[in-house]
Amino acid sequence: MTKRASDVSTSPPRRRSKYTLAPLVLIAANVVLFSLFFVWPAVIGLIYSFTNYTGVGVFQWVGLDNYHNLFGDSTFYDALTRTLLYTVLFVPLNFLVSLLAANLVVNKHAKGGSVARVLFFIPWLLSPIVVGVLWRWMFGENFGLVNYIIEKFGGDAVPWQSNADLSLLVVVMAAAWAWTGFTMLLFIAAIKNVPTSYYEAASLDGAGPWRQFISITLPSIAPTSFIVILLNTINSMKEYPVFVALNNGGPGTSNNLLVQYIYETGFKRGQIGYASAASFVLMLILMAVAVVQLMVNRRVENR
Amino acid sequence: MTTTDIPRPADVDSGRRVSKKRSRKTATGGLRQAVSATTLLWLMACLYGFPVLWFVLSSLKPASDLFSYPLTLVPHNPTLSGFRAAWDSANFSQYFINTALVCVITTILTVGVSCCTGYALAKYDNRWLKAFFLCILATTMLPGEVMLAPEFLVVRNLGLYNSFAGIILPAVLTATGCFMFRQFFLTVPDELVEAARIDGARELSIFLRIMVPLSRPIMLTLAILSFQWRWNDYIWPLLMLNDPNKFTVQIGIQSIVGAQNINWSVLLGASVISMIPLIAIFLVFQRYVMSADINAGLKD
Repeated sequence: MTKRASDVSTSPPRRRSKYTLAPLVLIAANVVLFSLFFVWPAVIGLIYSFTNYTGVGVFQWVGLDNYHNLFGDSTFYDALTRTLLYTVLFVPLNFLVSLLAANLVVNKHAKGGSVARVLFFIPWLLSPIVVGVLWRWMFGENFGLVNYIIEKFGGDAVPWQSNADLSLLVVVMAAAWAWTGFTMLLFIAAIKNVPTSYYEAASLDGAGPWRQFISITLPSIAPTSFIVILLNTINSMKEYPVFVALNNGGPGTSNNLLVQYIYETGFKRGQIGYASAASFVLMLILMAVAVVQLMVNRRVENR
Repeated sequence: MTTTDIPRPADVDSGRRVSKKRSRKTATGGLRQAVSATTLLWLMACLYGFPVLWFVLSSLKPASDLFSYPLTLVPHNPTLSGFRAAWDSANFSQYFINTALVCVITTILTVGVSCCTGYALAKYDNRWLKAFFLCILATTMLPGEVMLAPEFLVVRNLGLYNSFAGIILPAVLTATGCFMFRQFFLTVPDELVEAARIDGARELSIFLRIMVPLSRPIMLTLAILSFQWRWNDYIWPLLMLNDPNKFTVQIGIQSIVGAQNINWSVLLGASVISMIPLIAIFLVFQRYVMSADINAGLKD
């Protein structure tokens, strides 16, 4: 977010630093919460990831064993690759449909944009659990509406739940559907900030709508696109509730994603130390994603 | 919002530089564009609205009709029996009250604490405030899901396991909330603060009596967002709560899904009931959400 004018105008040497007590009182609550629920867990999480702690009793220091074991653990690998696959499918799909929705909503030729915008937004209000239930209801193998329609047109019922790849695909669609409203809002804000004069000039030069989109809209909203990709990548790496409600990571355990893996090892099997190590691997991936994106973003902005 | 729909460049300008033939072409092109854009928009909107419509209409069908072929969109004998069954079954009404309670308390605390922090970050200039701002930024980099196990242990050590406080307190600090208030208070002129100081007002009373009332629109926006986050939260309440009397709505719904044989009538009813508060709030306060300056960090 850019600094506002009023912020810049007050920059001459500040005398405010004489106030210490007031700001300290104002941030006190958040400082306490930050220390209790962020610093403390982060520190003990890191420590436990080097132990065999089970959540109760004593524990032993095991060094890098947990990390070493993780990379020999096929369940972890499956969860990791499945999570990456989910991310690779979800992020572009959500990006494209949200961008399309945003463009249609702000398109001056399209009638009823404000009503449509509410329709796009409502899925985002639903909880991930309800989204999962809703898509489970639509994509039931024997009773779902989708298979009913397919059969009505002479097709064969599609095994949406019992085929691992198809059931992942249903979750991807469900999540893209649910996230569109939010991503769309970010895009709408960005598109509205593009100066209208660019489009006027382009249409004088005879550029069609598609050409204008490629040459003006897309480059102008690049910073927002980066934020969207970053947020969506992080969100999809930690997806869990939609899977639980839609097919419970199934069929079997084939779609258990990372967070579910962490949850199952840590809380169902009581291997807190091992789960902490898995958490730190997830964290490292997320940080790598963030750093790469920030670097790419900076290079694009400097160009 | 206004700049995009002022003049229609295609219609206004086309005649100026191009030939007549060309301008007629753009005019019909404009009509074709209008038709195709509107069609595409509404095709997509229907695609997005339909699952919810189908879901809600299905929830109005009596249990016996849910699977009767051929499937029909509009229920033949609409009934509220699914809702009644859901409300009465397995303490769902209790879950509903629990969730409402947790959401309201968390939201009030989140708005209050974020308002204080955002104001301090925007209007005071100390080095340690900048450092704390970086700390808050860091929380967006490390989502709660990554620290499930250690955070659980911390809350347990604090003696908050199986209590609403264990759900509420960790959720109060949100980077998004602090950012929103900080951005807002940056736009409030410093002269206002200076003038009040010259009049002899104390720092905290400037904040409470001038700044807090000014920030009401931001409060409302954050309140809606916060309420939505907490209402829809699943994994943290699931970890934190052990006592079925304290369960939240989302856990209740998930426990129906997880049952051996899913009772779809109850599940649909429960899900639809759980959607109502958020959709009602959203429809009433729509403009606050739609224009929200939500930009970084975002979902907590």
